[in-house]
Amino acid sequence: MKVLNFRRVAIVLTLVWLGLFVLVPHVLVVLTSVMSPDPQHLAVWPVTLASWERLFEPVYAEVFWRSLWLSTLTTAICLVLGYPFAYIVAKLPGVWRGVLLFLMIVPFWTNSLIRTYAIKLILGNKGLVNAALLGAGLVDEPLQLLYTPFAVVFGLVYVLLPFMVLPLVSSFDKLDGTLLEAARDLGAAFWARFRLIIVPLTMPGIIAGSLMVFLPAMGMFYVADLLGGAKNLLLGNIIKNQFLVVRDWPFGAAFSVALIVIMAGLLWLYFLANQRINRQGGLDDEGL
Amino acid sequence: MNRLPILTLSHISKRFAAQEVLSDFHLTINDGEFFTILGPSGCGKTTVLRLIAGFEQPNEGKILLNGEDIAGIPAEKRPVNTVFQSYALFPHLSVFDNVAFGLKMAEVDAQNIAVRVADALAIVRLSDFATRKPHQLSGGQKQRVAIARAVVNRPKILLLDESLSALDHKLRQQMQLELKQLQRQLGITFVYVTHDQEEALSMSDRILVMHNGQAQQVGTPREIYEAPRNLFVAQFIGEINVFDGEITRALGEYQYQAMINGVERDIRCDHRFAAGDRVHVMLRPEDLRIDCRPNVLERKGFPGVVLERNYTGQTLNSHIRLENGQAVTVHEFFDEDDPDFDYSINQKVGVDWVPGWEHVIPAERSGQA
Ligand SMILES: Nc1ncnc2c1ncn2[C@@H]1O[C@H](COP(=O)(O)OP(=O)(O)OP(=O)(O)O)[C@@H](O)[C@H]1O
Ligand SMILES: [Mg+2]
Repeated sequence: MKVLNFRRVAIVLTLVWLGLFVLVPHVLVVLTSVMSPDPQHLAVWPVTLASWERLFEPVYAEVFWRSLWLSTLTTAICLVLGYPFAYIVAKLPGVWRGVLLFLMIVPFWTNSLIRTYAIKLILGNKGLVNAALLGAGLVDEPLQLLYTPFAVVFGLVYVLLPFMVLPLVSSFDKLDGTLLEAARDLGAAFWARFRLIIVPLTMPGIIAGSLMVFLPAMGMFYVADLLGGAKNLLLGNIIKNQFLVVRDWPFGAAFSVALIVIMAGLLWLYFLANQRINRQGGLDDEGL
Repeated sequence: MNRLPILTLSHISKRFAAQEVLSDFHLTINDGEFFTILGPSGCGKTTVLRLIAGFEQPNEGKILLNGEDIAGIPAEKRPVNTVFQSYALFPHLSVFDNVAFGLKMAEVDAQNIAVRVADALAIVRLSDFATRKPHQLSGGQKQRVAIARAVVNRPKILLLDESLSALDHKLRQQMQLELKQLQRQLGITFVYVTHDQEEALSMSDRILVMHNGQAQQVGTPREIYEAPRNLFVAQFIGEINVFDGEITRALGEYQYQAMINGVERDIRCDHRFAAGDRVHVMLRPEDLRIDCRPNVLERKGFPGVVLERNYTGQTLNSHIRLENGQAVTVHEFFDEDDPDFDYSINQKVGVDWVPGWEHVIPAERSGQA
């Protein structure tokens, strides 16, 4: 009986917490998105869909596609870098694996805003990279690295790479080495093993890692602000500007809701894919 | 059977870190034979298979396939297939695709693949399961898929690592028969690993008995059972009674007189001994006889008392304690004409055997004569 009571209390507390701090704010955002903008009171009645219509203006479509492209590129780079890294980490003996994962997590002890500033110092005209290139005589004048899409993607990859690596490591941990031996035994050389066994069986990690990079990448306005110059590069920048600069809260809210819906859609796809893989036995094959 | 060697392992040693798993290991396997490696858990059976398959490299020694050193050939190119101890079926592929995997790697055309996979699945009686995923199969079915997946490639040598251990008794006996038939029909050399001595005796052309990473004896099931070369082999393959003795004098070629448990007896053996040599005189339980005549003076053999007797349906198994404290086991077939054929507990009896049925080896451990 006691256990049951504790469970009930825990569930109620969680629900209250989620209601107060997740549901209510989101309802407020949705409400705001259908109100009228007002420079002084931020959002006023009457109810209107004007903000939602504005979402479809070409200028925002352009931001949407660019944001999508930069996030996709970031995700792809993180995957290409993170996949072999995760494989190596998962195959290393205990101590080294711990050390590498630790080093991966250490930067999190510093706020990512500060780390983004540090990237500015590295990529700037008088930064480390240019100083090295000039010093080596490879270039005659500093390269414009900062305030380019390159810098933004660089910053996003730097901040988000661990989110790709961690799910991948756990996927590689679950990958049974005797399956790779069986594939070898049946005549599969490295690429065949990679394509036919390793990739399909680590698909849950690939999808989870990609989502954990892709979703935040769409909204990381400060990275784009600091490294990309004052352009509306990402969806997150538009939202931030509508709230803090233009002070058009209904439009900013409409944008937020749209972004949330897109992310929810992607999570839904992830859920479906995972279910499919699970049904195939990719994850839970009675641990042979 | 005059067969040519297909595989030779010579002077193989294999170490993992500090542990020497195989040391100065030799093995010759003939083309087309059913060869079994038998030994207790952890003795290095799987390691031998992994060396042959190419998953491990020996620290010393050579592996010759058809006379050629295969050290430089990677596992994926060796004409050898393995049925893994843990099956290792690909969880994301259907039974059909699992079995077809090796053929696809060998770039066999799709039509041929379909035919050969269907044949292989028919052999292991899983034709109706082609579209299932491994996690929808029972342990025994998985094992059979693993066998089909290896056999379908028609390797020169098929390595099977305890491949029937998950099956229930009946299916296991069926599969034993089928494996033997399959092996004869395909003419493939089978190297079969097991720690089940009955399975080894019933299926194999030849058996290697291993212990602690060393080959103890190689021979036909009959040689191994009837003439074990040392105590380990004798005791690992079925039950055996060991009497310690001392040669007192030679009676002729391979004929000696020995003092066993305080009694002088004539023994026969293939070894050469000198007077004073200690020996083990070994007898299988079915080779011993119990003399239960009431008169002590008439009774032959070592005197003892009946500790326990069990019916097994075919035999009466008796445990006798000899006067020196040694316990021996005797298996006797029922005499159908004698309905009273039985002993009572604590009955005084003699334990004897037909001269010449004993198997004698030099003593390995100290014991009283
Ligand atoms: N990769 C490895 N690293 C370290 N030690 C190993 C490795 N593989 C095997 N061993 C050791 O080698 C010895 C023999 O192992 P092996 O797997 O060959 O035994 P086995 O005879 O197949 O046993 P079982 O009947 O239990 O399968 C064991 O003591 C084992 O611990
Ligand atoms: Mg083994």
